[in-house]
Order: sequence, then structure tokens, then C-alpha cells
Amino acid sequence: MARMIVEVMLKPEIHDPEGEAIASASRRLGFGQVVSVRQGKRFDVELAGPADEAAVTAITQLARELLSNPVIEEFTLHAG
Amino acid sequence: MRIGVITFPGSLDDRDAARAVRLAGAEPVPLWHADRDLRGVDAVILPGGFSYGDYLRCGAIARFAPVMSELVPAARSGLPVLGICNGFQILCEAHLLPGALTRNAGLRFITRDVRLAVENNRTAWTGAYQPGERITVPLKSGQGAYAADPGTLADLQAAGRVVVRYADGNPNGSAGGIAGVCGAEGNVVGVMPHPEHAVSELTGPTADGLGFFASAVAAVAR
Repeated sequence: MARMIVEVMLKPEIHDPEGEAIASASRRLGFGQVVSVRQGKRFDVELAGPADEAAVTAITQLARELLSNPVIEEFTLHAG
Repeated sequence: MRIGVITFPGSLDDRDAARAVRLAGAEPVPLWHADRDLRGVDAVILPGGFSYGDYLRCGAIARFAPVMSELVPAARSGLPVLGICNGFQILCEAHLLPGALTRNAGLRFITRDVRLAVENNRTAWTGAYQPGERITVPLKSGQGAYAADPGTLADLQAAGRVVVRYADGNPNGSAGGIAGVCGAEGNVVGVMPHPEHAVSELTGPTADGLGFFASAVAAVAR
């Protein structure tokens, strides 16, 4: 069974207070080299058939319409 | 005059919205997320809450509820629609309103009364207010920071589509202190604070929010 991975990140210009809180906690824990953290989401999508061109087109559409909000987020798609 | 209130799984404020409709002199009509039926109502409210547990993104799943397949074309044809809090998030996800609601800048869930300036009283939901009028209603949200790209923000400002703005500081990091916006025609309005919780002085901080519902009653009567 084929798998595709969709990763969704807030656009760089969108404020990510959760990422900032994680960066600040990292430094508090002694990881002084951490300058910033951006938090995102990863979706592992299992497919009934192969990860062919039609599947890539379909999952791209899924990522655009449901998994991400193009107003604030961008996504990348790759084979799992 | 019949105003529908949609209940999604996880809606919390549908009863308060229905009460606000009643106090404004209209008949509240319960609408169910799974029905492709608006029951012939004259206006629709999407109430606050945590539809579908806020899974994926706030409003992202509710946007695809069966009732939305009726609501979206009706809203595009001029039906007055008000989204409050989670309802605002749903209207943005459904592309009936521009922009998106993101996590509060301070990360905290905010529950307190806020002062708002009514900037646009030419919408179906704000005709009862004076331009610039200050009102006090509760804000209660964790993802209430309004975000949109600079071009959209400039367009909203130029077209007077910022309906309400936070008047005493910016509680959640919203772009431009925006607390509510409307669509191009003014029939679809989304607000992050809760006018339906401020409709009588017995149960709310003020009765300032009643104007939203009275405005819709007047708009439909015209």
C-alpha cells in the first residue's frame, strides 16, 4: 500500500506563538543554540492504490482544500 | 421573522444565540448541521463553540457539513448570515469571508469583556448602531487573532469592511485590531467577540450586543 506525506506549515509571515513558546522552553532547558522554532503538521496519507500521477493530483487537491488553509499555511507533498 | 441558528457537533452558544434572536423580536429556528435544509429562514447565525472539536483547524471540518451546501449559495445570494467566534472561523474557512483566525498572540485563552468600536453600520447586522459607537461584549477565544495578507487588509480598510475593531488595546494580536469583518455585500458578517452574551443586563455585562440581532430584524423587514 502506497503512502504520501503532506506537511503543512504556517506561512513565514504568519505569527506562530506556539513555535515561540517552544523555542523559549528549549532555551530554558539549556538548548541555548535554539534561535527559533516554527511548528507545523504532518499527515501520513495511506492510499488504496499506487502513488501514481493521479494520486498525486488528488492528494494535492486534498491538501489545498482540507489539510491546509492557503490563507495562512503552505504545504509540501512527498512520497512516504 | 424567522432567524435560523445552526447547531454543529460541539457548538456551545446556539442557545444564547436563539435567546438573543427572541429578545430582538424574531423567532429562532434551530438548524442542524447534517440537514441540507435552511427551513426557509430569513437569516442565519453560526454560533460559537468548538465544532468538531476544533480538529484540523477551527471551522475546517464544519465548513463541509451538509447544511453548508445550502448556506453558502444562500449567503452569496444575499441571505443575512452572522458568524460569531467559531462561526466566524467557519465563514472564513468556507471563503464567505476573507482572512483566517489564528492562535492568540499571548497563547492564553481569553475570557473577558472587551470594548469594540463599530466602524461599519451599513451591514445587515450593525444597522442599529451609530458609526464609531463603543460597545462592550464578552470575548472568549483561544484562536481569535485575525490574519490576512497585506493586500486583503488594505482592501478591507479601503472598502470599509472592518465592521468592529478592538477599542481598548489589542487583546489577541489581531491584524489592525480587527474584531469583525463583512463580505463585499454586507449581508455576511463575522465577529470574534460574542454579542449574543450581552443582550440583557441580568445575564451579560451590558445589553450592547442586542443591536446585532435587532439590526438583522430591521434589515429583513426592509
